[in-house]
Amino acid sequence: MIVESGHYALILACTLSLVQGIFPLYGALTGRGRLMRLSAPTAYGQFFFVSIAFGALMHAFIVSDFSVVNVAKNSHTLKPMLYKVSATWGNHEGSILLWALILALYGAAVAFFGRKLPKTLYVKVLSIQALIGLGFYLFLLLTSNPFERLYPFPMEGSGLNPLLQDPGLAFHPPLLYLGYVGLSVTFSFAVGALIEGRVDAAWARWVRPWTLLAWCFLTAGITLGSWWAYYELGWGGWWFWDPVENASFMPWLVATALLHSAIVVEKRDTLKAWTILLAIIAFSFSLLGTFIVRSGVLTSVHAFATDPERGVFILAFLFLVIGGSLLLFALRADKLQAGGLFAPISRESMLVINNLLLSVAAMVVMFGTLYPLLRDALTGDKITVGPPFFNLAFGFLMIPLLLVMGLGPSASWKRADLAGIVSRLGFVFATSLVAALAFFYMLGGGEIMAAVWLGLGLWLMAATFYEWADRVKLFKVNAMKRIRRQPRASVGMSFGHLGLAIAVLGMAGSSYWGTEQQKIMAYEDEINIGGYDVNFRDTNGIIGPNYTAVRGAFDIRKNGKIVATLEPEARLFSTPPMPTTEAAIYSTLMGDLFIVIGEANNKTYDQWAVRLYYKPLQTWLWGGVVVMVFGGFISLSDRRFRMGAAKKKIN
Amino acid sequence: MKKFVPFAIFCFISLALFTGLSLNPGNIPSELINDPIPEFSLPIVGGESLGFSSTDVKAEEEVIIINFFASWCAPCYVEHPFLMELKNQGYKIYGISYKDKARDTNRFIKEQGNPYYKIAADKDGRVAINFGVYGVPETYVIQDGIIRYKHAGPIHEMDFEDKFLPIIKRMGE
Amino acid sequence: MRVFLSITLFIFITFAVHAVGVDEKQLADPASEIRAQEIMKKLRCLVCQNQSIVDSDAPLAKDLREIVRERITAGDTDKEVLFFMTKRYGDWVLLKPPFDRTTIILWLSPVLLLLIGFFVIYRNQSHRKSLAVSPPLNKEEEKRLRVLLDERADD
Repeated sequence: MIVESGHYALILACTLSLVQGIFPLYGALTGRGRLMRLSAPTAYGQFFFVSIAFGALMHAFIVSDFSVVNVAKNSHTLKPMLYKVSATWGNHEGSILLWALILALYGAAVAFFGRKLPKTLYVKVLSIQALIGLGFYLFLLLTSNPFERLYPFPMEGSGLNPLLQDPGLAFHPPLLYLGYVGLSVTFSFAVGALIEGRVDAAWARWVRPWTLLAWCFLTAGITLGSWWAYYELGWGGWWFWDPVENASFMPWLVATALLHSAIVVEKRDTLKAWTILLAIIAFSFSLLGTFIVRSGVLTSVHAFATDPERGVFILAFLFLVIGGSLLLFALRADKLQAGGLFAPISRESMLVINNLLLSVAAMVVMFGTLYPLLRDALTGDKITVGPPFFNLAFGFLMIPLLLVMGLGPSASWKRADLAGIVSRLGFVFATSLVAALAFFYMLGGGEIMAAVWLGLGLWLMAATFYEWADRVKLFKVNAMKRIRRQPRASVGMSFGHLGLAIAVLGMAGSSYWGTEQQKIMAYEDEINIGGYDVNFRDTNGIIGPNYTAVRGAFDIRKNGKIVATLEPEARLFSTPPMPTTEAAIYSTLMGDLFIVIGEANNKTYDQWAVRLYYKPLQTWLWGGVVVMVFGGFISLSDRRFRMGAAKKKIN
Repeated sequence: MKKFVPFAIFCFISLALFTGLSLNPGNIPSELINDPIPEFSLPIVGGESLGFSSTDVKAEEEVIIINFFASWCAPCYVEHPFLMELKNQGYKIYGISYKDKARDTNRFIKEQGNPYYKIAADKDGRVAINFGVYGVPETYVIQDGIIRYKHAGPIHEMDFEDKFLPIIKRMGE
Repeated sequence: MRVFLSITLFIFITFAVHAVGVDEKQLADPASEIRAQEIMKKLRCLVCQNQSIVDSDAPLAKDLREIVRERITAGDTDKEVLFFMTKRYGDWVLLKPPFDRTTIILWLSPVLLLLIGFFVIYRNQSHRKSLAVSPPLNKEEEKRLRVLLDERADD
């Protein structure tokens, strides 16, 4: 009964989104106030009903209702409760329902927080949001219904994939979707502005907080996935340029460009067409990503069960939404009045370079991801575009980006004093270079690129700190007062850039100076790695909730004292039978010690295959991203972003 | 006019994606088509004496089939009836048991039926790698010691009537 | 405890067909082993996604790793080892796309796109500059401007 109510609620939500999409929009275009007033109630109603639908599905998973096809395929009575809940979105149908839920959530949020928006824009934004939702509801109801029943129903489910039973992986989709789907708001704002024929500083002020919110969640979601891969896959890799990873990275790159572009629109009333285009493209990449994962055009470890029929539906939807908005852009972008000019060296031009580099990066990643498909379609050759290409291409673009990121905040609007910047920051640059070379040799040298990334990370860190110190006049009297008075958006920027610098250093450290040892170890054997003495003490047999395992015990000593005991496991799950490894990690600020235990080497079970890794500065990668997201939330809390503020400023 | 560029690029991408829907990215064609079969010599299942070798295959005048299979491979059970049908139609199928225990292979043959003219065991999978095998089952059509066609994965009902049989028949002519 | 451990391990070993790849014999000569690992990093695990055979746990990956080691011991150069693989599996088995006539556009895409981008920006800027440059004022307009400015100064 609950499941059927959920199903019915979904249909209601679909109908409401249809109403919300068409009538208020018609009202806005023809000046009918009564129709326009339908916007908010339908937005709230739609959110209400899709929440009920989602709740119903989750309930079915919680009580293990195997008469629902989705639950039978993806759950099992033995699953711990947390994973029964997360199984709700850990499958194709459920994840699309989550998409729809978050879409409606953002729609309702805009309906609530955007009450002070100019009425016609308000209505247009909500209508576009609803029309996108309509597509997803139709997709659900017509091709991917999560509420389908099964008769006769099995007594036990078949979904117990051990790889999915992990806290990091459980929360990765919701976080990612809050980011992905959040970009729909900027999309709706962009299309709304195109229909209105007007983009101004006020529009940019409305758009920035929503973009920032989506960006923060997207950054966190991507990183959570990366972190999961790091500790779960057994050898410390955290990024593979897998098509699905790329599908989440492309919107992130464009969203970052969009964030910066919107600043220029707000401050200088220029770069409007470019910003609108970025807003459309960012969400387009989100939709594209959805398509790639579910249609089977590219295989991936992440891919859901592929189904070309679904692929056709999504592609048609994509064509309507993206093609339609790009066509609208082509036809209406001329209406957006070009704003102020700026000199070749100015903050605007630096932001334009930033835009350019990030956009090119996103396009290159897309090209690399789709190239195997294009090649197959055109010539029938099967080719792999793997990490070697992406690392090279992306790295190439990141070098100028990191350089400009250090200069940009110090450049003034409209016309910057190049000589001044160079003289001030030149010193900073030289110092970071020297420091980088010093560290490089201290760590024992290596590839030239290692030194480059070290240098760039230190440069960005130093330049960001210098700009802040200069802004608050750190060494003059009353510095504390100036520090406290800094607008939050500026503080956010500094933290954001600082976070990236820290992350870059973390990436450089773990990629270039990591060490590895693979040995057969007997009890009491000792290995030295990363400055630690690792002693293999013992193994034990373990019985888990749905697996059996061998757990090794390793004592980690530094300077003779035990600092940690690591217990990696080699697990064997029962349904389906699958061996996995659980690495044991000892994380410190300076690096991670990573141990994986494998098979026994002999029949007496006292010699084991062991892999040890030391990854310097690995924590800096995760820490740096946390600082970035922190910066994003600080910016978000800036009072200037309060919705009411915009209207007051205009008057 | 310039403003239409994004739209144009998107149309191109959509076209590519639409075409992509009908392709199968997981199906890697054989590199060795029209190359002679690799040299090999494999023992019988569960013994030391010769099962068959590349010389035997090359000596065949008619079109023959080489099928890589294993008892632990679920899709192999699915394609088995079609192999029996091929045998009934008079084709010689050389079977290579891939990384399988002798006892299990024999059980598979006994329970499912024997479509094979001769069987050999590739215990460490090296001969398979020389053929470019990356999973089981995989089936090769050989004529005059040359690899003419490769089918990766189980032979499904649809493939059998529409693809496989016509190809073999055409080669026989 | 030991009985329990043995039983657990027995179950585990029986499933060793899907072995966890932490266990093979490396080459005796460390320089050769490093060379082998470098080559392995370039080869794609055929039954996984975007993982090299070094990173993958798949049994086929293990076989391929052993073959790389064997070929090196047999005296093949790096190129010959890679050719051994591509002869059997095609270019698809290489993680790095080849640099040939058709992939050149892929490899050069970052540079090309950047150049196109710069060009577009440059065109945009000059176009806007030409729009913003106004014709010089004539005498009549100059007088009016001065009057206005004087009025402004009085405020």
